Amino acid sequence: MTLMSYLGAIGAAQREAMDADSRVIIMGEDVEANVYGTTGGGKSRADKGDFVQIYGRERIRNTPISEEGIVGIAAGAAMTGLRPIVDLSYSSFLYMAMDQFVNQVAKNRYMFGGQASMPVVFRSAMFYGLNTGAHHSDRPYPMFMNVPGLKIMAPATPSDAKGLLRTAIDMDDPVLTFEACLLWGSKEEVSEEEYRIPFGKARIAREGTDVTVVAISSCVPEALAAAEVLAAEGISVEVIDPRTLVPLDTNAILESVSRTGRLVVTEPAHKTCGAAGEISAIVAEEIFDSLKAPIIRVTAPDMQIPFSPALEKQMYPNRITIAQAIRKVAGVA
Amino acid sequence: MTTVEKDLLFEMQRRMLRIRYFDERASKMVKRGHIPGTVHTSIGQEAQVVGATMALGDQDYMSGNHRSHGHPIGKGSPLGPLMAELVGKATGVCKGKGGSLHLADFAVGSLGESGIVGSSIPIAAGAALSSKVLGKKHVSLAFFGDGAANQGVLYEAMNMAGVWKLPVIFLCENNQYALSTPAHTVTSGVIADRAAGFGMKGVRVEAGQDVLAVYEAVSDAVAQARNGEGPTLVEVVTYRFNEHSEGLRIGTDYRDGDEREEWLKKDPIVLFRNYLIQNALFSAEELDQLDADVLAEVDEAVRFTDESPYPEPETAFHDLYTENQEQFA
Repeated sequence: MTLMSYLGAIGAAQREAMDADSRVIIMGEDVEANVYGTTGGGKSRADKGDFVQIYGRERIRNTPISEEGIVGIAAGAAMTGLRPIVDLSYSSFLYMAMDQFVNQVAKNRYMFGGQASMPVVFRSAMFYGLNTGAHHSDRPYPMFMNVPGLKIMAPATPSDAKGLLRTAIDMDDPVLTFEACLLWGSKEEVSEEEYRIPFGKARIAREGTDVTVVAISSCVPEALAAAEVLAAEGISVEVIDPRTLVPLDTNAILESVSRTGRLVVTEPAHKTCGAAGEISAIVAEEIFDSLKAPIIRVTAPDMQIPFSPALEKQMYPNRITIAQAIRKVAGVA
Repeated sequence: MTTVEKDLLFEMQRRMLRIRYFDERASKMVKRGHIPGTVHTSIGQEAQVVGATMALGDQDYMSGNHRSHGHPIGKGSPLGPLMAELVGKATGVCKGKGGSLHLADFAVGSLGESGIVGSSIPIAAGAALSSKVLGKKHVSLAFFGDGAANQGVLYEAMNMAGVWKLPVIFLCENNQYALSTPAHTVTSGVIADRAAGFGMKGVRVEAGQDVLAVYEAVSDAVAQARNGEGPTLVEVVTYRFNEHSEGLRIGTDYRDGDEREEWLKKDPIVLFRNYLIQNALFSAEELDQLDADVLAEVDEAVRFTDESPYPEPETAFHDLYTENQEQFA
């Protein structure tokens, strides 16, 4: 085990995969210079671990700023033997390539009757909460959950970031991974050995008996902090991190809510048609009789993200708003 | 002329005839309701299609567009599973999931046609990236029309192919109309000239009804790509004889009546037949026999289609992912 940051864990998974399989390549804007910290070992090209030095420019490819072309070329490459990891930097940039994601990446295997496989991973970071304004702050994973054919992961810890990304790279289906910048610096002990975390398998981040909180991405540490506060108030909170949204581990969520009878779902995306809405609907459809109180969603409002720190701070769920929702669903607020 | 070359010429005529008769039959089947939806025929454009596909090797890749049947036929795909796909049968090349607009036959390097104009261009460029990185000698070709020539993604792909020297040919099938819109009214300059902006070779084949002219131009581009010298933009001037799609009736005459008559005189199959006879390469009888053989092939494809079952409803829930399919049913 070694202490790794979330970003460091992503870099470690990429390096593992690059070492294991020569068909894996990394392409994207600024990947050569290790601008985002996942394709290098240090501050200098000469430092140990620099991806260009290790793998060369044939496999570490800087791209022009051409998201539609990048995604389409990665898709064509994946259909013909390569296993690209595409670094799209900010998740707000994914929209530039929407046609390729929806009409090619997601549909080709299905439309062509299973002839194509699409082993490609699209990485992007959600830069919210960092005063970058409306064009850089998106959390767009729910839009992509609405596209059958894509798989979606949103790791919340360094260990998950490493193990899920490795699974994603090894997988023959297209995966979009959404990495929260707020988590980039978070650190924990991570195994340096190769390991893979299966998709569709939730993690019980904290066990509890009174209320289930399903938390996504950066809402996981916030939900855990809220659970800690509420434990002192005598409310036992179970926190579930689905880890992957497509496929979604509905069994783990239903099992937990069956026990607690109370559900709060929290995520940094907008409220309408979000993952929280989907999870709430599944629980209401499947185990309505188990519910002792109405489900509460704690999400970003259906509003664009303002620039000023004075305005932005209030836009995302935090430990206080999550705790309030838990008290309410527990009937003590 | 060697036997190999002679055989190749005969094969060109065979594939052009396959496209013609396949599409004529498909057109009838649409109008009679035997093919659901519609189809976009390559009738009139056979020289452009076959000249390009036959310049490719068996292992080479291609992607295409909504005018979709000619590409896999030209690349050597058998007709039965293609026709079955148009009708939506289980034996279709895409098991009835794709239909006319989304034919693909990976066995012959056909990576898929696309119903979204321009969308499949980077797919071919991506296949070229695979060839390069994996050290294969495969070349890719992206078919697109004059309409797609004004999509931004073409230029993103051309730029990346140029800077990475990818073995890819961007083949513009300029049939002069994007549905009803004349290309010259929405296209600034000459499409082939746009290659210069990328430091790329651009070739305009004016004689796009002449299969040998197209074959020669594309063969040069293929040789260049295979030698690691990078991509080429080839624009082929051609004309579609039929409507944009079969059964489509457009109220306004967007094509000059005389214009179409003039182009009908430049039927690529008639032109090539005359060439083969005049140069004493094949007799009229041999070519008549070829005609009959191809018609019989199309009949056989229709018989295969008729005798094939429709897919079982549950297969609609297969093939989305490679694994864990049951989770999504």
